[in-house]
Amino acid sequence: MAGIPHDHYEPKSNGEKWLYSRLPIVGLLYDTLMLPTPRNLNWMWIWGIVLVFTLVLQIITGIVLVMHYVPHVDMAFASVEHIMRDVNGGHMIRYFHQNGASLFFVAVYAHIFRSLYYGSYKAPREVTWIIGMLMYLLMMGTAFMGYVLPWGQMSFHGTAVITGLFGAIPFIGEGVQTWLLGASAVGQPALNRFFSLHYLMPFILLGLTIVHIWAFHTTGNNNPTGVEVRRTSKEDAAKDTLPFWPYFVIKDLFALAIILAVFVAIVGFMPNYLGHPDNYIPANALATPAHIVPEWYFLPFYAILRAFTADVWVVQIVQFLSFGIIDAKFFGVLAMFGAIAVMALAPWLDTSSVRSGKYRPMFKWWFWLLVVDFFVLMWVGARPAESPYDMISLVASTYWFAYFLVILPVLGVIEKPLTPPATIEEDYNAHYAPQSDSAPVVNPAE
Amino acid sequence: MNMLRNATLAAVAALALTSGQASAAGAEIKVTDYAFPFEGPFGQFDQMQLQRGLQVYTEICAACHGLQYLSFRNLGDEGGPHLPEDQVFAYAEFYEIFDQALFDGEGDFRPATPADKFPMSNLSNAPDLTLMAKARAGFSGPYGTGMAQLFQGMGGAEYIASLMTGYVEEPECALEGEPMDGYYNIAFAAGGFPDSCKGDHGEHLVPGSWIAMSPPLYGDDVTFEDGSSTELEAVAMDVAAFLMWTAEPKMMARKQAGLTGVIFLTLLSVLLYLTNKRLWAPYKNKKA
Repeated sequence: MAGIPHDHYEPKSNGEKWLYSRLPIVGLLYDTLMLPTPRNLNWMWIWGIVLVFTLVLQIITGIVLVMHYVPHVDMAFASVEHIMRDVNGGHMIRYFHQNGASLFFVAVYAHIFRSLYYGSYKAPREVTWIIGMLMYLLMMGTAFMGYVLPWGQMSFHGTAVITGLFGAIPFIGEGVQTWLLGASAVGQPALNRFFSLHYLMPFILLGLTIVHIWAFHTTGNNNPTGVEVRRTSKEDAAKDTLPFWPYFVIKDLFALAIILAVFVAIVGFMPNYLGHPDNYIPANALATPAHIVPEWYFLPFYAILRAFTADVWVVQIVQFLSFGIIDAKFFGVLAMFGAIAVMALAPWLDTSSVRSGKYRPMFKWWFWLLVVDFFVLMWVGARPAESPYDMISLVASTYWFAYFLVILPVLGVIEKPLTPPATIEEDYNAHYAPQSDSAPVVNPAE
Repeated sequence: MNMLRNATLAAVAALALTSGQASAAGAEIKVTDYAFPFEGPFGQFDQMQLQRGLQVYTEICAACHGLQYLSFRNLGDEGGPHLPEDQVFAYAEFYEIFDQALFDGEGDFRPATPADKFPMSNLSNAPDLTLMAKARAGFSGPYGTGMAQLFQGMGGAEYIASLMTGYVEEPECALEGEPMDGYYNIAFAAGGFPDSCKGDHGEHLVPGSWIAMSPPLYGDDVTFEDGSSTELEAVAMDVAAFLMWTAEPKMMARKQAGLTGVIFLTLLSVLLYLTNKRLWAPYKNKKA
């Protein structure tokens, strides 16, 4: 396997040699843990560990919850209350699982925006990026289905709204919706299959995590400069990198401990803050909540879904050109999925020759505007669909698409980027003078 | 580091965005920010208040409302009303519950035991109260930022107490139109609302709406053995605190676990910080 040159595992004892010739699993783990990692990674490179930890946390707490949960429309709500009241430690396990979803999404959004800023999605890491986007989609599906299981008011009516999106597909929509729900309305078949899939999908995520890691272990990590690790010789590579263990493992664990302290504070002191109160009311098909609001992590895309109403001229033109097949509702659905699709296409939409946003003076502004845009969408997604929120969500949604479809391609052509350092070593030494000679390193680039 | 700082701010902002929206758009309600002893990370249930609240529930609310997720034995729990065991038994016997196993499967009523749950209500328009304090906790204002909940500890208990004390004289605008069914309450959002009290764009000119439930408390409705105040507001707070406990009976254990966890993780991160610093020292010689 190609990769950054470094020392590989050599079996020493007879026992190790015996195993190595039959199954080189120790070598595989060794090479994974000792991966040469750019020295100059900053604190935004810690979210991967947080994500792996959270996935494991969710799987373990989830397996325990399943031991007590009953996937039946008449018993699901009461079984969750049984967990909260009668199961030893059940209330903590359930609150960890419930808030674990929020931790998951905080981490994944930080991870995604880090990639967008430092150009981690660009060649040769497109496959890592695409797999990451697939994982993000799976995460959203898993979180959505998990939210259905307590069978509260928001579970029930949220399911009706979201599966209703598929009903907006022209011609086949109704059939698709019925197929998804297993019935013409939300009920027992939907609860059963969502329970089944909610249990299955995290394990697919686990598998994709391994592929994701495999992919970037092949290309090597990106880093704040966007400059590749030198592969010319083992010595050159060693100057740019340090092994993942122990240097980055300890660093990541330190960051993880701080994040978990905040997380445990939320679970311990305000576990329902991020949830919707209506989900403590048992599902009732006859009483629709005044406002059906998804969990916070869906809000940006929910805002995009609702932004394109029938009075927007783009929607009207599309409706006219498609002979009415694409109406406002279906347009909204396309926009919501399109918002993720354009993000997935970023590697091919970004035309800049420079990878890291650090060296792109114009890009920086547009990028931070995108971050602000994301939070505006999140806020407006929870507001009622009325003036002035409808206008705000339309403008914010438009910017989301403009960033990927217009700004990224155009910037690469018109922007004059700064010159990144020639090597990671140079960048690193500019911050931390080498131990051997404390003389300041002269920047030979100019 | 700049990016880190920005990202941290962003994460904080994200956490501040709650999706709780019980009182959004249109129907404004007046909820008073009562000070309960269980608010905040170190807040605890007041055992005597929970016992008083249990008394109010038993003597007044229980006539119509049930507590179907609460077991009688929970009344003896530490971190709850913490009644002595004999009192729990005596209290449970008070209730008749239907037992399907009696009479060879035909079922019959029998006195409840601590192992049973409180009965549910037979009235279709009297919602179960077990989880009410969590189901009515949505104070996401101002402008959906969730600050009222985060900094003032506004939650379902405030709502319940405000509802109990929210019965006031009908506003004058209501007298102009058709007489309304029910009772005007400034804390209730989901009830009927007369057109004569709406503005030009359908916005509500007075807070609250008309609720079907008649005022359950007037003040001096109960007599407390410990001589506590029986004024309307005090009794309303007692029953609200009790319903907060029925909704979240493990709150004290949870906060204790949270505190232990935060302290442990803080210590762990200090140790990891020192380890990390020492580990990287040979490669980091910060320029002066």
